[in-house]
Amino acid sequence: MSKFTKSASMATIMAFAAGTAFAQDSTDVIKIPTHNWSSQIVGAHIVGKLLEKGGAKVEYVSADSQVVYTALCEGDVSLVHEVWEGAFGVAFQKVVKEGCVVDAATHDAKTREEWWYPTYVEEVCPGLPAWEALNACADKFATAETAPKGRFLGGPVDWLKHDAERVEALAMNFEVVNAGSSAALWAELESAFKRKEPIVLFNWTPNFVEALYDGKFVEFPAFDPKCKDDPAWGSNKELSYDCGNPKDGYLKIAAWKEFPTKWPKAYAILQKINFSNMDIAVQAKLADIDNMEPEAAADKWLADNEARWKAWLGSAS
Amino acid sequence: MSAATLPRQESMEPQTQLASMTRPLLVILPFAILLLAASVLPDWAVQVPKGWTIPFVDWANTVIGHLRDDAIFGLFSFRDLTRGIAELITWPLAFVEGLLVAGFPKLGIAAMPWVMTAGLSGVLGWYLKDWRLGALAAGCVAYMAIFGKWELSMITLSVVLVAAPIAGLIGFGIGILAVKKQWFEALIVPLLNVLQSLPHFSYLIPIAVFIGVGHKAGTIATVIFAIPPMARLTILGLKGVAEEVREAGKMAGCTRFQTLWMVEIPAARQPLLVGVNQVIMQCLAMVVIASFVGARGLGHDLLFRLQALKIGQALESGVAIVLMAITLDQLSRAAAHKQPAHAATDATLLERFPFLAAALAVIAASLLLAAITPYAQAWPAELALSTAPFWDALVDWITLTLYDPLQYLRNAMLLYVLIPIRDLFQSIPWTAMVALVAAAGWSLGGLRLSLTVSGFVLFIAFAGYWERSLITAYMVTVAVLLCIAIGLPIGIWASRSERRTGIAKLLCDTFQTFPSFIYLIPVIMLFKVGDVAAISAIIIYAMIPIVRYTIFGLRNVPQEIVEAGITSGCTQRQLLWNIRMPLAFPEIMLGINQTIMFALFMVIIAAFIGTKDIGQEIFRALTFNDAGKGLVLGLCVAFMGLTADQLITAWATKRKQRLGLA
Repeated sequence: MSKFTKSASMATIMAFAAGTAFAQDSTDVIKIPTHNWSSQIVGAHIVGKLLEKGGAKVEYVSADSQVVYTALCEGDVSLVHEVWEGAFGVAFQKVVKEGCVVDAATHDAKTREEWWYPTYVEEVCPGLPAWEALNACADKFATAETAPKGRFLGGPVDWLKHDAERVEALAMNFEVVNAGSSAALWAELESAFKRKEPIVLFNWTPNFVEALYDGKFVEFPAFDPKCKDDPAWGSNKELSYDCGNPKDGYLKIAAWKEFPTKWPKAYAILQKINFSNMDIAVQAKLADIDNMEPEAAADKWLADNEARWKAWLGSAS
Repeated sequence: MSAATLPRQESMEPQTQLASMTRPLLVILPFAILLLAASVLPDWAVQVPKGWTIPFVDWANTVIGHLRDDAIFGLFSFRDLTRGIAELITWPLAFVEGLLVAGFPKLGIAAMPWVMTAGLSGVLGWYLKDWRLGALAAGCVAYMAIFGKWELSMITLSVVLVAAPIAGLIGFGIGILAVKKQWFEALIVPLLNVLQSLPHFSYLIPIAVFIGVGHKAGTIATVIFAIPPMARLTILGLKGVAEEVREAGKMAGCTRFQTLWMVEIPAARQPLLVGVNQVIMQCLAMVVIASFVGARGLGHDLLFRLQALKIGQALESGVAIVLMAITLDQLSRAAAHKQPAHAATDATLLERFPFLAAALAVIAASLLLAAITPYAQAWPAELALSTAPFWDALVDWITLTLYDPLQYLRNAMLLYVLIPIRDLFQSIPWTAMVALVAAAGWSLGGLRLSLTVSGFVLFIAFAGYWERSLITAYMVTVAVLLCIAIGLPIGIWASRSERRTGIAKLLCDTFQTFPSFIYLIPVIMLFKVGDVAAISAIIIYAMIPIVRYTIFGLRNVPQEIVEAGITSGCTQRQLLWNIRMPLAFPEIMLGINQTIMFALFMVIIAAFIGTKDIGQEIFRALTFNDAGKGLVLGLCVAFMGLTADQLITAWATKRKQRLGLA
């Protein structure tokens, strides 16, 4: 099922769109979810405004970013335009496998998730961003309960990041402590940043954090698919995960399985929509730094990128 | 403490003395033996073997799958039914929202101007109590407008105004049915107990499946959470109607319906209105959690701001929720205490309906004002005041100044208290836990209680999450002990004078209605992600009931007994420890019971900080869309709470009887 829909979406959609030029979209409302981070909300309004320009009726529904895949499966929301490989890949793949959600399109934006530190850490730990240098000054990151090991603040366990496995495979002097939510990560970062305390934590890009805090990713041995499954690969011959995370995770658009047949015109537009890393960073900046309301930020983005979205709409109609 | 404070009573009853010595010993002994012998016990008696796990999760998922996909009502499934019913709520919701904030664009009617909403709230407060309450109500509404929270707070208010009556009516109906039909009461009371102690998050996936996500689903979630207190208080109220009153009704020739409607319900008016008050508070407590399934308004705004680390703005939304809660609380309390008034029959219209007249005047004046100046219709965004910079600065100051001294506290707590206790808990064999609970149940309430509570523990053991349950138990135990250590002295201090009691109650109300999510961020900033942060967050929230009940218990000690103490020459100290405390002790125990419930609620939310307990598993179930697992884990938490609840209630009842208080 997923293979079928994928190939349908990849190859035949142009023909499909052309062939059904007379097919009319349903007049039902397209429901777009908004989550609790800014770039997503701004992006949702951009997507909504574009679909409206194509003649659709849209409505915004606030939903938790995890619960939303249940809702998408049920058709209670019609699309999710920011499917992160790292945070939501598992939930997304599950509903695609169940056949109730289709993989509509992939953004140009590449997501990267990795250990990250604020720039001031380089002063106490020369040689960064190499992971060996980080490991050499692990004690700078130690807390009472992890000493003499350094403390690495990982993301929620259900993001399945294999940090503990990596620490073991690379024989690092670190202990992984998992935060329960992204808000917990940022709260600790904010507190450490104010006091210029060394900290290394899980972070990703594109993300509003890069606009607020200066910092860099730690460079681990480059990712290779074999690193996950083949213990013999890499520096540690006995254990897997002796490498960093992929630097080019996907950012996808997911749609309810009935979206393509119910709103063929809107679906054609949806498949054209394509954000880059810069777009997402700008969307975050408009809301977080410039303190614009999501709707105003969406209008601003649309005004600044008119040529691009006109092309998305143009080729679809 | 209890043994030391009651020497007089025990010397009078030598037999009870013997029992009171041996009973606790008998309860502890099997547990202690099993715990100490853990290393020589066979493995199956320490850790629950994997093969023994009963697949509750699969069963729950099968039932949910069946309800969702199979047409059990012939043409449609249970899910279609629930969704159909849920659809009905959109009408009143759209109406109230239209009235308060959105207007009715199709009819060309604008929403009520904010001055009108503020004015009418003022008149309502004045009508229900006095001009002070009116000023409070009007002031709080004006705050929403002037501080730029108008739209969000009116959306939240409309959810409450729609959800509370529906929940109230359903709960009322359930309560009446339970009082009238024995079998229904036997069925519903345990169910209400479980529903009330089930963590909110384990409901969310079933709600997403059976109702969907969106504003309407959020409202329905709110309704569901608010039903149990109303049902409980209806049962309590109707059962409390004196038999004489009922007989008077019978003598007057009432039919069964008339007895209910014209005798019992008016006689139970006060507890029923307390129920309404509880429903409203419960609705407001749900504001943030309901936004997880799509409720709009202040809750969603708060979560969004927290996520973006805009703590000041999040706090501002939190303050708006607190103000709304305080206003609605005061108004509904005033309604509960208000006695029907009768005007003289020869009075003028104005004298007979002064409040109606005032309301009409407010409507006319505000429409006029709105026509003159747009500021009266909607407060302009550019003039909105903000307290966010102040809150941000406060949080900054706290993290910068308090961080270093608090680190010593944090490290000491962690190394010398928390980690040893955690290790101890994790080494408790499950058989020892069952033995302890069963023995305690037997000693406090006989065989029946013993079987109930050990049944709860066995469910947790065989559901397959025993280790995680132990971590939850450890965090709750430590948090509750600290709550008692801090809350009890505060309660004692506050009970000394009327003024202190007032201050403490105000603080309790504020902290209780403050959305608990807000505590999470500052706590992480000060203590880093980990057990200290999680336990601190639990303490802030769970300390409220122990303070409340301590004050209540101490202030309600019969005055004669205290005076008897004074005449026999007791010092202040003796008065407190030998008279007031023993008499207030059953009440304080009920406070501890509530503290445990609050702690269990908060421990799940603390999973946002990062814990390794059941809460974390519930979130994982949320991520993987596993409704069955979420429910079973929720039941594990609920059963922990119920075990404690059953034991403590049994103990407190016994104690009260011995003290002649009940």
